[in-house]
Amino acid sequence: MKKAIIKERTGSDKNPVGVEISSLTKNFDTQHVLRDITLSIKPGEIFVIMGPSGSGKSVLLRQIAGLDLPTSGTVKVEGYDPAVPDTRDRFALALVFQAGALFNSLSVYDNLALYPMEHRLAGKKEIRDRVLRALRILSLEKAAKKFPSELSGGMKKRVAIARALVMEPQLLLYDEPTSELDPVMSATITEIIATLKNEFRVTSVVVSHDRDLALTIADRIAILMRGQLLFVGTPAELKQSTEPAILDFLNPKIDLKNPRYLQLEAT
Amino acid sequence: MKKLNLIFEGVGSAIELALRSFASLPTAPRILKRLVEQMFFGGYSSLPIISILSFFIGAVLALQAGITLQSFGMKQIIGTLVSESLVRELGPVMVAILVAGRVASATTAELASMKVYQEVDALITMNIPPERFLVLPRLLAVLFYMPVLTMIAIVIGWLGGAVICYYVQFISVDPAEYFTSVKQFLTVHKLWDGLVKAEIFGFCVILIACNTGLRTKGGPREIGQAVTRSVVLSLITILVLDYFITKAQA
Repeated sequence: MKKAIIKERTGSDKNPVGVEISSLTKNFDTQHVLRDITLSIKPGEIFVIMGPSGSGKSVLLRQIAGLDLPTSGTVKVEGYDPAVPDTRDRFALALVFQAGALFNSLSVYDNLALYPMEHRLAGKKEIRDRVLRALRILSLEKAAKKFPSELSGGMKKRVAIARALVMEPQLLLYDEPTSELDPVMSATITEIIATLKNEFRVTSVVVSHDRDLALTIADRIAILMRGQLLFVGTPAELKQSTEPAILDFLNPKIDLKNPRYLQLEAT
Repeated sequence: MKKLNLIFEGVGSAIELALRSFASLPTAPRILKRLVEQMFFGGYSSLPIISILSFFIGAVLALQAGITLQSFGMKQIIGTLVSESLVRELGPVMVAILVAGRVASATTAELASMKVYQEVDALITMNIPPERFLVLPRLLAVLFYMPVLTMIAIVIGWLGGAVICYYVQFISVDPAEYFTSVKQFLTVHKLWDGLVKAEIFGFCVILIACNTGLRTKGGPREIGQAVTRSVVLSLITILVLDYFITKAQA
């Protein structure tokens, strides 16, 4: 990571935005996925949402991104409902999807240039500079002409982050940014998230299973289990938690004599 | 009852999609590149298959008409029969069916896979309406290339008929006589009716394709199902609309 390059950032000096979630409930038919979530994410912090698979983390992230409507309750980003198209341009929000969600028919360069081109944010030369800068930050210069199908999983994640970066977001959402990556690439992505927060003063919400990522870079962590918030606090507070479910989630013990899957089946 | 609800839901969502797409018409200059791409894919790339099919449809029409009419000594009206059939019915219907099979299936597959693999969600988070980015260029493109394809299909169908009339021994109608017969009852009004039909068919087919694609949920299996549904719905729509439009034009 080249700090000098990162500091080259130009464009509007937007302030990071906060997120207010109030009594949020989300049901899919009869299935209760999120139950009465109330949460406040402060501007400029890295907020990590952890929890077991199926606990509703990604659904919560989609609510913050305005991709799904809540069954009840509200989500406000800088005071605006992110699901309302008319007010979506009041703040800059970017989401790094778990699988990248890159546009397969576009090259890496065009993927990055799409947002400023579509919104006519600048002239062609300025957009080119902006895209090349983002590619340099993520060390992707050589991949500019490639198509997503030609990239590895790690590169796709970095392109997705670069695409988000070009949008100059005030709120950057990451869905499992280190899943399916080797430990070195996971560490690299973790460093990138921390650096972007520090250099760009962007509010970051990270959904992850990665305990190391959470404990290393989070300002605050939320633990979500079965659609309910079990814990919200700093990494230091989390380490001191005596809640059995949290201890089991953070330090699962492998017991071959009494396998966990059999207990799951019994319940 | 549930099926009826699904049909109404589908029709409603398709109308809503069309309205949303055309609401972003003022930003059309931004979609110029994608409009040209769609016109190339839907129009230009369809030309070879449309040419082959329309040639043989014209040829078969002339052959069938020749077999029947020669026994009545009315071979001179083969051209009129081929012309009327192609202009008012077979030209627009055949092109629409080809567009459903070739363009609509590809459109549904592409949009459904974009939906399933979250590319559509990515557009929404970028504040780029999928209706403007994905649907409007396809709808505008089909409005441009449908009349052109239909005209080409009609003309090549006439040529197919001419070749049969000239080379098949028991028909043996001179090309000049054939084309005089083709033009005899052909009016701008009839041609216009055929082109209007083609426009309506093409628009509905692409709208169904886009709507089905964007409503897809699930995984690869659902993408396949969406393509099948889109093509079947398009074919039914073409034939049902054909009856009502023909009745209205009569």
